[in-house]
Amino acid sequence: MTEYASLLALVPLLPLFSALILLFSKLPKLWISIFAVGSVASVALISLFFNVIFWQQSDFVLTASLGTWINIAQLKINFGLYLDPLSLVMITIVSGVGALIHLYSTGFMYQDNDLKRYFTYLNLFVSAMLFLVLADNLLLLYLGWEGVGLCSYLLIGFWYQDRKNNLAANKAFLMTRIGDTAMAIGLFLLFTQLGTLDIQEIQIKAHAVWSLNNDNNTMASLCCLLLLAGAVGKSAQLPLQNWLPDAMAGPTPVSALIHAATMVTAGIYLIARNSQLFQLAPDVLYLVALIGTFTLLLGASAAMVQTDLKRILAYSTISQLGYMFLALGVGAGASAVFHLMTHAFFKALLFLAAGALIYSLHHEHNIFKMGGLLKKLPVVAVSFAIGCAALASLPFTAGFFSKELILAQVIASGHSGLWWAAVLGAFITAFYSARLFFVVFLGQTQLSPNARPTKSMSLALVILSVLSLFGGIHPEGLKSLMPQLDTDGLSTLQHWLPIILPFIAISLAWWLFKTKRFGKPVPAFMQGVHQLVKSGWAFDRLYQTIIVSPFNTLCQVNKDDFIDLFYRLIEKTSGRLHMVFSKFQNGQLRRYNASLILFCILAFAWFISGELML
Amino acid sequence: MIPISWVFMLSLSLFVIGLFGVLARRNLLFILISLELMLNAVVILFIAASRYHSASIANSDGQIMYLLILTLAASEIAVGLSLVVHMYRQHHHLDIDKLNKLRD
Amino acid sequence: MTLFILLLMPLLGGLLAWYSERFDADLPKKIALLSLLLCWLPLIPLLSSMPFDASSLPNSQWLIDESYPWIPFFNINAHLALDGLSLLLILLTLLMGLVALSSAWHEITKRTGLFYLNLLWTLAGVIGVFLAIDLFLFFVFWEVMLVPMYFLISIWGYEQRHYAAVKFFIFTQAGGLLMLISLCALVGIHYQQTGILTFDYLILIQNPISGDLAFWVALGFTIAFLVKLPALPFHSWLADAHTQAPTAASVILAAVLLKTGGYGIIRFVLPLFPQASIQLAPFMMLLGVIGIIYGAMMAFVQTDLKRLVAYSSVSHMGFVLLGCFALNIYALQGAIMQMLAHGISTSALFVLVGMIQHRYHTRDLNKLGGLWLNLPKLSAFGLFFGIASLGMPGLGNFVAEFLILVGSFEQYPILTIFAASGLILAAVYSLLLIYKTFFGPIKRPHDSKITDTNTKEWCTLISMCFILIYLGLHPQPFFDLVPITLMKLNFIAADIGALL
Repeated sequence: MTEYASLLALVPLLPLFSALILLFSKLPKLWISIFAVGSVASVALISLFFNVIFWQQSDFVLTASLGTWINIAQLKINFGLYLDPLSLVMITIVSGVGALIHLYSTGFMYQDNDLKRYFTYLNLFVSAMLFLVLADNLLLLYLGWEGVGLCSYLLIGFWYQDRKNNLAANKAFLMTRIGDTAMAIGLFLLFTQLGTLDIQEIQIKAHAVWSLNNDNNTMASLCCLLLLAGAVGKSAQLPLQNWLPDAMAGPTPVSALIHAATMVTAGIYLIARNSQLFQLAPDVLYLVALIGTFTLLLGASAAMVQTDLKRILAYSTISQLGYMFLALGVGAGASAVFHLMTHAFFKALLFLAAGALIYSLHHEHNIFKMGGLLKKLPVVAVSFAIGCAALASLPFTAGFFSKELILAQVIASGHSGLWWAAVLGAFITAFYSARLFFVVFLGQTQLSPNARPTKSMSLALVILSVLSLFGGIHPEGLKSLMPQLDTDGLSTLQHWLPIILPFIAISLAWWLFKTKRFGKPVPAFMQGVHQLVKSGWAFDRLYQTIIVSPFNTLCQVNKDDFIDLFYRLIEKTSGRLHMVFSKFQNGQLRRYNASLILFCILAFAWFISGELML
Repeated sequence: MIPISWVFMLSLSLFVIGLFGVLARRNLLFILISLELMLNAVVILFIAASRYHSASIANSDGQIMYLLILTLAASEIAVGLSLVVHMYRQHHHLDIDKLNKLRD
Repeated sequence: MTLFILLLMPLLGGLLAWYSERFDADLPKKIALLSLLLCWLPLIPLLSSMPFDASSLPNSQWLIDESYPWIPFFNINAHLALDGLSLLLILLTLLMGLVALSSAWHEITKRTGLFYLNLLWTLAGVIGVFLAIDLFLFFVFWEVMLVPMYFLISIWGYEQRHYAAVKFFIFTQAGGLLMLISLCALVGIHYQQTGILTFDYLILIQNPISGDLAFWVALGFTIAFLVKLPALPFHSWLADAHTQAPTAASVILAAVLLKTGGYGIIRFVLPLFPQASIQLAPFMMLLGVIGIIYGAMMAFVQTDLKRLVAYSSVSHMGFVLLGCFALNIYALQGAIMQMLAHGISTSALFVLVGMIQHRYHTRDLNKLGGLWLNLPKLSAFGLFFGIASLGMPGLGNFVAEFLILVGSFEQYPILTIFAASGLILAAVYSLLLIYKTFFGPIKRPHDSKITDTNTKEWCTLISMCFILIYLGLHPQPFFDLVPITLMKLNFIAADIGALL
């Protein structure tokens, strides 16, 4: 095993080195692309190699250390990498999808003058993400965690000359930072309570210190709650979800890689990684499930009424992440990770296809200005169709298997309320996917494409289409990751309803499309509700009113620093006194003399009178 | 011998005349002269007091003080007059009410 | 003699630089550079003999210890000594001296001789503060570093330099006076209680003074150091001084002068007044937390780039205060690391602002914008240091803030949660800085005379980047230097003792 340790160390380092090379060198565009894609592709090959080696083993661990970071008293932190089945799945997804998206970017971004900067950021992102999933301690995980946040910020604001992009980037960074800070506090709490930050040790010690039937597992709940806050921020769940739709301001491959396939799943990874810790806090787990459910409904409903192609996909991402949270919450970690994987495939596919559309249509984002593109862009259309099918979880696509599994697990865990909500979500999901596909690709042609997707783009689309179709067939290895719930006792309704519902939703969408009801102005009485849903349930405005504006006002009021005013008051007072006293200094020598003599006489008189009194 | 109170009166009147001169005159030269007058008043008082309060005639403290003050006055007037001359050369007048540059 | 040479080098170099101006206006800066480089010489044997790991350090706290009688009547000695803590800070001082020199190289054109005299004398004063072990000598150096800094601000500063310089002087002088009084009181009480009249730290530390008065003496020292740090409510000189000072002076001010406050607390307040510092700790930590939040909020609303960075200093130094009084090994290590990291990241930001000012003749955030398009390298550095100042993991500031928060969380969890909110606020102002300056549409027509960083600037900034990354990824050598110093503190010894 140890001979693979250096290979493992290469996994996060290769993209990092490539980013450094890109940063400091002046290469032509072709070489930039080769370096950038090559590094990530070789990481993908390494992770495939690991997959082959560990194919048969369900329980293996490979570690590697890159040196000491901090070593003070009890706090011993290494740059330790830890590869087990869970992190293997993650690095495979990150590097595999990452490599495809890098490949796609070589075509998509080729015209951009800042290609070098783009690939530097993107490689840096992959490296940080790999550190995140391979970290053996929470501090290193936090390094990757913040690193991906930084790269996300940089890439959302990649076209920095547009203020809108900068604002979206700032919003994304700050909102995730709120969660991250809570997570950091969670780290402090864990360290104070358990004396370690090593992830595996935490799982063991937590069980030793806070065993389930003890009273003091409020502490465990608190730790989990704080970690959850970090996960919620990163994975765009309630109540920190509204940065994600704005994050679509970045280049589309970035949205595919960071805001659909990898970074936003970091929260799910965090909870899955600490699943044993979370088991100690059933109430927090239930909260996870609730958050997931509400978010999936919110995301799905908002996706239903959007008109911007990328925003639809963004809300759909929020909603799918909600499914994963739901799965984690009901104790079905394996199915969450499974859905994470299939979602990475089909959502990356959808984004890349959307990117190809936008690339071909003069950066048009509004779906109602598209239409009838099926014949004009066949590759894109077919891959988009596959992506939509997987999103709608039509039978035998990748999304179908994972979503079915989640729904089955939810019912097996006994939360039938959550199950109904999830099924409703699935219905809406199928509906908006169908709407999206019909509106964009069928009907009348409105804009004709002026450019074809390049070969590298098409190649990436084709590979991802295959993965979205067949990527869910062999989940057995994944199922062994974490304890599974027994799903035998499903009733017929529970079994068939989730399979039939998408078809009903698609038929409904087809009917509405045929009768041309999409894109029509909504009736007046619905206007308010429509606006509310379209704005993502008005969370932006809520936060603006209760947090941003008061904070701004508070800071503006104190712009001149009221503490400084105190010192200025002292200064002013002494200035005034100076004015008063300087009146006496008038430069008239005779007056000085006169007052001198006057005071002498007075003093003399006072002295004499004192003598006389005695 | 004349009573000491007469000498007192003489000294006091000389001193007050000098004081008045210092306060009332605006010309620097006259102020210096008035200062001399005040010094002389003090000197007279010294001599008289030493004559009246001594046990023997040999007490010459008053005269010694007179010599001391005389030297002091001479050096003071030397410095003062040279300043006055310089000042006159610079300003072409000796009005101390106008000589108030040090105020600022 | 090593330490005295270290001290005399900049003093003599300064005089020489001053004198040389009458021959050539360019000579002073070369002499200043030479004397600063020569300062490294005495340290070379030390650095080479020490492979920077825990086992190789000598058992005694002091690496070098030199003492000569000075005023024997009061038993005052010229006693200099160097341990791991002072070594770290002196390295920082010399390094930042070079950075300051680099930024002044073309910026200062009038009265160069006097400028480098003042610059070098400030550095000499700071080095003296870090080396002096005799309290009286410490006080002398404490004052020595102020006066040249006053001149630096009031002669070569910007628009309101006189106001800022006087404010700086009065604040720090008042703090110095308070320290002098407390120092005399300390020596007096010590004389009463033990019968030994001494100003020597090593003797004073053996019998910490006790009694009610000890608390007030400790408070006096603490306030003197708080003014320098600066902590709330004594911070208001900093914003003006930084804003008006020339870039080189801002660098020195941010990188080393502020650190003397933190150094003073760790070196003097904690060991000399163990009882009183435990009593003071909660209040000081509260002050630190308020400083963190207040500084960040003030930074957020500034429109002057330098003022923004200055207030961010207040916020960062709040972390130092928090760490110093959390009274455990993590927080103290963090506080020391924060002093180093803040020294580098903030002075790098000042250097950058200086470059922007030099090119665009404005520091107003509302008049800048879109710098990335024409000055990509400079903007990339700006981005880097902005990110560093918001505490990105992998850079020195994160390690420091993390340790400080871990340490203080053990003592006061609720307070620490508020302090941690400083991390969010730091992101707010840092992103604002980046957003307003480097991103966005270009505000002013491009002047072809304005060029990107030249080689000298690039080298200065890139070396600062690398140091920050090194501090962030491999801070262990720096941690290993200080435990022996910290072991002298009772509570730390107990901490580590419990572990063994």
